[in-house]
Formats: sequence, structure tokens, C-alpha cells
Amino acid sequence: MTFGQLPYDMAHVLGGGMLLVSFVLLYQRRTAALVNALALQGTLLAAAAVWQGYVQGAPQLYVTGMIALAAKGIAIPVFLHRLMRRRMPDRAIEPARGIGLSMLGGVMLVALAILVVLPVTTGAQALARENLAIALSIVLLGMLTMLTRRSALGQVAGLMTLENGLVLAAVGVTGMPLVIELSTAGLVLVIIVIAGFFARLLQERFDSLDTDMLHPHRGEGP
Amino acid sequence: MTLADGMVLLPVLAALLVAALPAQAARLNIAASAGSLVLALLLLAAGPGGEGLLRPDATNLPLVLVAALVGLGTAIFSAQDIAHEGFDRRRTRYFHAAFQGFMATHFLALLSDNLGVMWVAIEAGTLACVLMVALPRTPSAIEAAWKFFILCGVGIALALFGIIVLALAAQPMLEGGAQLSYGALRAVAARADPGLLNLAFVFLLVGFGTKAGLVPLHSWLPDAHAEGPTPIAAVLSGLLLNAAMLGILRSKAIVGAHPGAIAPGGFLLALGFATLLLAAFSLWRRRDAKRLFGWSSIEHMGIVAIAFGIGGVPGHMAGLLHLWGHSLVKPAAFFAIGRAARLKGGQGIGTIGGLTVNHPALGWGLVLAMAALAGLPPFSLFASEVLLAAEVGRVQPWLLPLLVLGLLVAGTALLRAMQRLCFGAPTPEPEPGRAGLATLVPLWINLALAALLALALPAPLAALLLDAARSLS
Repeated sequence: MTFGQLPYDMAHVLGGGMLLVSFVLLYQRRTAALVNALALQGTLLAAAAVWQGYVQGAPQLYVTGMIALAAKGIAIPVFLHRLMRRRMPDRAIEPARGIGLSMLGGVMLVALAILVVLPVTTGAQALARENLAIALSIVLLGMLTMLTRRSALGQVAGLMTLENGLVLAAVGVTGMPLVIELSTAGLVLVIIVIAGFFARLLQERFDSLDTDMLHPHRGEGP
Repeated sequence: MTLADGMVLLPVLAALLVAALPAQAARLNIAASAGSLVLALLLLAAGPGGEGLLRPDATNLPLVLVAALVGLGTAIFSAQDIAHEGFDRRRTRYFHAAFQGFMATHFLALLSDNLGVMWVAIEAGTLACVLMVALPRTPSAIEAAWKFFILCGVGIALALFGIIVLALAAQPMLEGGAQLSYGALRAVAARADPGLLNLAFVFLLVGFGTKAGLVPLHSWLPDAHAEGPTPIAAVLSGLLLNAAMLGILRSKAIVGAHPGAIAPGGFLLALGFATLLLAAFSLWRRRDAKRLFGWSSIEHMGIVAIAFGIGGVPGHMAGLLHLWGHSLVKPAAFFAIGRAARLKGGQGIGTIGGLTVNHPALGWGLVLAMAALAGLPPFSLFASEVLLAAEVGRVQPWLLPLLVLGLLVAGTALLRAMQRLCFGAPTPEPEPGRAGLATLVPLWINLALAALLALALPAPLAALLLDAARSLS
């Protein structure tokens, strides 16, 4: 498969779109826009899964795509929007520190992912290897998001991005077994992290990751 | 239905039953755990073999037996401990049901031949543990659960990426479900693309390494051990770490089967030594007893990583034996310290002092457990450490001083803490209490078994140990 063929181009457009949204998640300050970006990424992931299902002739990927659309494209963003409106109306702005540096870091991670994946996968199909490079970039950007945004919502966004990257990687491997099971298990992870976020919100402890709370117990200092 | 299926199904059914009958939750938990132990013994007697999803082999069979033993001990201990935790009936039911649910995922993770299923099982087990750590609902418990969840969530996500890359590497040779089968992957790994195998291994090592508490992603471990209920600390250390180590071991076996791929041993050695040394020095600074044992688990996982990194038949034997021994001794230490913390009204090392004076059976049990963790004879951790040191001295003599330094620093730190906890003038107790059989029985049985492993390793186990080490190297 070479450049200029439809299966290849479509997969690139969808994967590349998800990658772009990952950058939006790195810098976006407004919580509402952050949640919208998550919804967009989930929808793109669903489209990518359905497209791969069509290209590979693998109907189970349609199911994966539908689950992604229903959960990540619609249900989770709607829930988060309602949560924001009801529980934290005064927090429309979500601090994202060091935008310039984190964008630069993001670009470097993407370069790293491409440099790591492309040379080692010369044996695999072009579609699979470039899909893997994009997926790895998204996974790494998700981790960067979790690092730079230390708020609980930032952690949720980062983990969701990371998980989207994983599903993208899985649907790109032709004949990958257990795709539905694995992506559902990943979804459960995301849902539990949102439940944890909700629990912390109820305790009004959403300002930061706040594991500093544990310092007094660690046995350090006098 | 095979025995292995029953091993996974029994705790699932038990979890449902416990949820349905909350008044009998603790007793049902013990009964189900005893049933699991019987099944594990039968499974061991049946020996390795079998096709399909669950495949008992020489590596995972002993781990299943140890898990069932620790599960029973912990169920007995929790019957008493959770009653004192101050949970209402809903949370008590929840705890016992989640405990059986965790046991089911653990047996599934150990026995599954399919790496995808293994991953799902480890993830589900982690989630069960996270929810149980958060159960006391104190701010520290919630924070510890959150940290545990975020770090381990990222960790297992990375492991899944590694598994996907493995499937991609196997794609030209295998079809369908076999793409994720451990046995099939090992058989074809030599013909797979070495670049993809390397990529997969890095992610698998970091991912499962996070779960195993290897440096630099270890920091969730002491918090989760200290802030959650004590029975959870026992199963986290005794069971969950083993499943993660099995994941690392399998990744290593697959990647190591290709002569052109990176040698996995070097990575494990580097992580193992970093873990051992950091934990050994950190042990000196602990003031909280449960955190001390959490750090000690990190230290022991470092030792296991070094053993698997050295490889060869003796290295793998030392690593597996160390895993078995640690799984028996560490829960024993947690039972003792958990009960002591209840009696003394706090889990600081300064709060618990002179335990042997007022509670000789509990105190001396803790003395022996800590001596075993420090690597003193006659326990199996001593045997595996000596075996490891001999093998390191033979294969990589220049690493031996580092290993001995780590073991000595960690051992002396534990012995110092042991003196403060167990000897000297007893600290006051809020109200006089007794240690209770629910603590003493599992404590002493685990210690006796750990000594048995060192002094008279039962022949079937010895044969399995040798088989496992041979097949892995």
C-alpha cells in the first residue's frame, strides 16, 4: 500500500486528527473546550476503528467503534459537562502550566515515537507501522498531559488520551484477537478514574493531585 | 470443566454468594478460600498440562498454590481485623466480596496462557485492590488509592501497548487467538521481527515493572500498603506483585527466544539493582511500620528482578524460590503488624514497642517474620539469597559487592526496626487486648511453611522449580 491509496490516506487522516487533538488537550485552558476535545478524539477513534474494520474486513472492529462512539464520543463527555456545570461552576478555567514548553515537549515526543517505531518495523505492513507510530505518539502525549496538568481533570484527560492511543494501536494490527475485550477493559479503567474524580469532587479536593497529603505519614523529616 | 476453570470460577461464585448473604460474609470468605486451597492442591497433584485458555505449567502452579494459601490466611485474618475496622455492614460485605473477586482475577492472571486475558485479569485485580484501599474513606486512604490507581493505570496501559506490539510481531506467523498465546508466541518468537520484539519488551517491562514496584515507578506501593486495610497490604505484597513478576518473566522468555533481539537480562539487572539499593537505604528512614514493610516488598522485588536478570537455571530457581518465600513471609509480617497496630492504637514504629513482653506469641512471630525478611536462616528467603549470591558471583562477579551491600543495608535496617518493635519496654496500650487465634494461626503457619521451603523442599515442588527454571532459560 502506498501513499495516494484511499485506505492508507483515510487511516492517516483519522489518526493524524487524533494526534492533533492530543495537542489541544495539552494546552487548552477552558474546561468546557477540554471536554469537547476529548469528545472529538473519541469520535475520531470510533471512525478510525470502523474504517480499519472496513479495510481489514473485520466486523468486530465495527463493535469496537460503536462502543468508542457511545462511551467516549457521547456518554463520558456529556457526564463531564454536567459534572462541571453542577459541581464546579467557578472553575471554567483549568490551569495548564508552561504551554510553550509542553508543546515543545509534545513535538519532541512525536519525533521520538516516529524515530523509534519506523526503523524497527520495516518488516511490517506500511499501514500497520505508521498507525503504530501515530498511536505511540498519542500514548506518549497522554502521559505528558498527565505530567503537565496536575489537576484531577487533567489526569482524567491524559488517561483517556492514553487509552485512545492504545485502542488505535490495537485496531491497526490486522487480525488482532480480543480487540473488543481489551478496549472494553480499557474503558472500564477510564470509567473508574472518572468515578474516582467524582468521589474526590464530592470531598472537595479537586484542586490538585494532592498526594502531598501523604507526606506527614511517610516518615521523612524529624 | 477442568480443575483450572474451577480455580477461577469458585471465587467468582463465592463473591456473588458473599454479596448475597452479608451476615455470613466473613465465614463464607474463609470457606471459599479453603475450597480454593483444596483445588490448588488438586491442581498441583494433577501437574502441568492442558490446552486452551488456562494452562497450568511448572512456573505458575506453585504460584497458584502459594496464592491459595495466602488467600486462606488472609481471609481468616480479615474475619477479625475487618470487624475492628469500624465498617458498616455494607462496606464489610463489599470488602469480603471484593476480596474473593480479587482472588478470581489473580488465579486467572496466573493461569491464563493468553497474554490479553492475563492483562485484563491484572487490570481487574488492580481495580479491586484500589477500591479496597479506598474503603476506610479517610483522606489519606483516598489519596493513596488515587495515587495507586493513576500510577498503576498508566503502568498497565503501557503493558497493553507492549502486548499489542507483540501481536503485531507475531502476525505474519500466527492467526487469530494464537497471536496472544504465550506458548505460541514463544515458539515463533525466533522468527519474528527483532525490532518489534525489542519495542514490545521495553513497554512490557515498564508496564509490569510498575505493578511489581520496580524503581522508578514504585512510589504507589508504600502508600497503598500503609493506608488501606491490613489484609489488602498482605495480598498486595503476597499476590499482586507475583502476577506482575510473572508478566515480566513471560515477556523476557518471549523476547529472549530471539537471538537477534536485545538481551532482556541487562534491563532487569539495572532495574533490579536500582530498586534494591534505593529500597535498602529508604528502609532506614521509616517511622511507619506498614510503610516499612511496603518498602521491604520493593526491596524483595528488586532481588527477584536481579535473579531473573542473571538468568540461567540457578538464577531462575533463586528468583522463583524468592517469590514463593516472600509471598509466605510478607503476609505473615503484615498479619502481625496489623494486629499489633490495633492493640497499640497506631502503626508508628515508636507506638509499637516491646511487643514480645505483653504478647509473646505475636511478638515472637513478628521477630521471626522480620528476621526472615532480613534474610536470616532458617527461612527460604535465606536459601534463595544465598543461591542468588553464588550465581551472581559466578556469572558477574563485579556485581556481587553491590548485591551484598544492598542485602546487608536492608537486613540491618529491618533488624533495627525489629528491635524497636519487639524488644525493650512495652509501650502503653489504650485498652488491654489479646492477639487472637485469627492472627496467630495464619502467622505461624506461614512462618512454618517458609522454613519448610528452605529446610525440606517437598519433592514435587522441587521438581516443578527445576522444570520451570529449565523451561525459562
